[in-house]
Parts: sequence; C-alpha cells; structure tokens
Amino acid sequence: MSSVRVLVGTRKGAFVLESDGKRERWNVSGPHFAGWEMYHVKGSPVDPNRVYASQSSGWFGQLIQRSNDGGKTWEPVGNKFVYDGVPGTHQWYDGTPHPWEFKRVWHLEPSLSDLDTVYAGVEDAALFRSTDGGQNWQELSGLRGHGSGPHWQPGAGGMCLHTIIVDPSHPDRIFIAISAAGAFRTNDAGQTWQPINRGLRSQQIPDPTAEVGHCVHRIAMHKSRPNVLYMQKHWDVMRSNDAGDSWQEVSGNLPTDFGFVIDVHAHEPETIYVVPIKSDSEHFPLDGKLRVYRSRTGGNEWEELTKGLPQRDCYVNVLRNAMAIDSLDSCGVYFGTTGGQVYMSADAGDNWAPIVRDLPSVLSVEVQTLP
Amino acid sequence: MIRVMLPQHLRTLAGVPGDVELEVKGPATQRSVLDALEARYPMLCGTIRDHVTQQRRPFLRFFACAEDLSHEPPDAPLPEAVTSGVEPFIVIGAIAGG
Repeated sequence: MSSVRVLVGTRKGAFVLESDGKRERWNVSGPHFAGWEMYHVKGSPVDPNRVYASQSSGWFGQLIQRSNDGGKTWEPVGNKFVYDGVPGTHQWYDGTPHPWEFKRVWHLEPSLSDLDTVYAGVEDAALFRSTDGGQNWQELSGLRGHGSGPHWQPGAGGMCLHTIIVDPSHPDRIFIAISAAGAFRTNDAGQTWQPINRGLRSQQIPDPTAEVGHCVHRIAMHKSRPNVLYMQKHWDVMRSNDAGDSWQEVSGNLPTDFGFVIDVHAHEPETIYVVPIKSDSEHFPLDGKLRVYRSRTGGNEWEELTKGLPQRDCYVNVLRNAMAIDSLDSCGVYFGTTGGQVYMSADAGDNWAPIVRDLPSVLSVEVQTLP
Repeated sequence: MIRVMLPQHLRTLAGVPGDVELEVKGPATQRSVLDALEARYPMLCGTIRDHVTQQRRPFLRFFACAEDLSHEPPDAPLPEAVTSGVEPFIVIGAIAGG
C-alpha cells in the first residue's frame, strides 16, 4: 500500500510526518536540527530515501544536510556557496548598488534523473548546482550574468531565488523565479537564461511592464504539460501557455489575488490551488477566515474550500514554499502556516484537517508519495 | 593542549559532548586554533568564520580569560592561560532573546 512522507521546514527545525495512504493517522518525528531555520527539505524523485535539507542560522550561516534513509539520520555535506567570478552589485532597497552577498539557501531541487545532482536557489539570488550529492557547489552564473542582474532588487523577504522547476520532458529546460526580479528560463541546462515576464504588470516598479523587477512569489507546473505554467505573483495569479513567453492574468473571482503559494493537482492539470492573503501590508487571510481557493478551469473561476479550516480569528500566513501535492489516486493537498499548523486534504481540497497544530512557524512543505 | 568551548549548536553539529581539546602546531593564535578545529571537524567550516574571507561571523564572539578577543588580529598570540589549557578559548553566540 502506498504511503506519504511530508517534509516540513520551520523556523526552529525540521519535521517528518508519515502516514499510510489513507492519510488519517500520522507519525510525527522531529525536531530535526532543533533551533535552526529550515528553509527547505526535499526528497529526490530518483530515490525517495535521499533527502536534502537547507539548515541555516543568523549565527552560524548555512549548512546543507543529506539523508539516505528518508530523514531518519542526516549528514552535513558541502556548505561553500561562492559566487562565480567577481560578484558585482544589484540594486539595494533604496536603489543604490549593493554587493552580491550570500545569505542562505531557500530552495533545493533534486534532479529528476540523477541521484547526486541537486540545484540550490539562494539569497542573494543565484542558482547553484551540485553533481556529487551536495558536497561541492558551482554557480550557474549565466543567470546572474544575464545582463539584468545589476537591476534586480530584493523584496521584503530578501532577494531570494525561491522556485526551481526542471522540465521533465526536457531536463535542460529549467524555470526559476526570484523576488523581486521575476521569472527566468534556460533551455541549455543553465548556461544562458532569458527573462520570461511578458504580460506581468506590477504597480510597485517604475515601469509596471518592465522586463525584470516583478515580485514573483511562486511558479507551478504539471509534469504532463510543461508548457503551461501557473504563477502567484505579489499581486495577481497568472498563467502561461507557452512556457513563460507570455502570461495572462487568471485571478478571476478571487476575493484578493495577493498570496504566496500556488500548486497543481497531481492528476488534473487544469486544477490549481492558491491561498489568498489580504494584501501586501496585511499578510493574513481576509476576514480571519483561512480559505484555499481551487480552480478546475486553470484559473479565472475559483471556488472557496473551507471545510475543516478555521473560519474565524485566523491571522496566519502561508509562505511561498509551504504547499505541496501528493500523487495518490485521491490527490492530497498540504500546506503549512506561520502559526505552526500543517493542514492536509486527502480529497483534493474538499475536506481539511490539521496533521499538526503547534509547530514553529512553517517555512516549507514537501510531500513524497512512497510505493 | 588547547581547550575550545563551542556553543551548543556547533557541539551538536560536530558531535562532541563538551569542550574540544586540540593540539596546535606552532604559535597558538585565533587562526591556528580555528584551523586545527576545522581540520578535525570539517562540518564546522563556514560556521565560525566565512569560507572565503576567513572573517569571524558577525554574531559570534571569541572570549578567553574574561576578555573579549573578538577584535584582536587573527594572528595575535592567545593568552598563556589558553595555550597551556588552563582556560578555554570560547566561541560564543551573541545574545538574542525577546
């Protein structure tokens, strides 16, 4: 019988939540790396027992941990992230040039085909790759050197590369997103990159339709249709049908189109999920009601999902890496909150229940569907 | 023999229950002690000082003999009480709370 393993990164450690395919009873282990910020924990699709974790602290900097037994035991691997060549500058919040400085790893994306290849998206924004299981890291500097780098600017959370999607049908094609530079695509395994932000409109930048400068919060793709991308931008939910060459807004009837997460149903490529957040100045759900919105039409037409979610006095946030989808027949949807809850729906969002309620603030949620 | 006292998180990372005892070749300085520490516990590389610049991480301090040595040059000799193992070389995190 299939089972699931949910990997949760929080402000004070990592947790592993495991259940059989019914997803009714859960075993919770952790905290792993107690007291450390765990920005992301993700397993390899090649071998689900291989799990990578980003561990960081304001005091001790960045570590990368690797597990070969599904998160039961861990070993530290390489943590030397050095920008290629002369780092140069990007824009600071006040518009002045600011040197590129490594701060932390936001996202770890294991290769779809090679156990020891893993990508790391970092702050200040850059993409690194390891081909030896995380021991050594090399920057794919064509991204930062693309030409627009000096004009990139941090969002409130820092200038982070937070999303990495490898195209399952063309592994040399990779999509990434940076706050607040926008989305980029490579077709040659990271040597050269192009911004893919046409159609985005952001009032927070001098030219609302500029080539770069958009605060993209998250991108999602269904593996069966790699040309269709969904995006939760700072404001606006967007869709592309041409691998990012152009975007159309699909916010439709959402009560607010600000938010952080977006994800796609495992078996229905036109079914997508977002968690609307009130605004960029009030990072909590509208009216104190935690609601997931689902569109079965690839956007524009949205239905609210509330069963089992708090519908009063709820003022948590759901951060950009904190939603995940399992691939069981009855698709499971998971998300974590800054209040420490991890909610799960075993029926594609119709009904929800908390797996845990009192973890530290949740930074990331990933799920592995195990045979 | 030089004793190094690490903060709890770094003891956990290095897998040591208490103070670390190190033999340091040549003059005992902050640099030589940290070089010896990182050689024995490579997982500590980058956690006390930057990989490239070798600068002390901003929120860490170096104490010994009731003195703050954080701003001493990295090649300055450590106090005799440290080099003889009477007093520990202390790596400590800046206070945080609230």
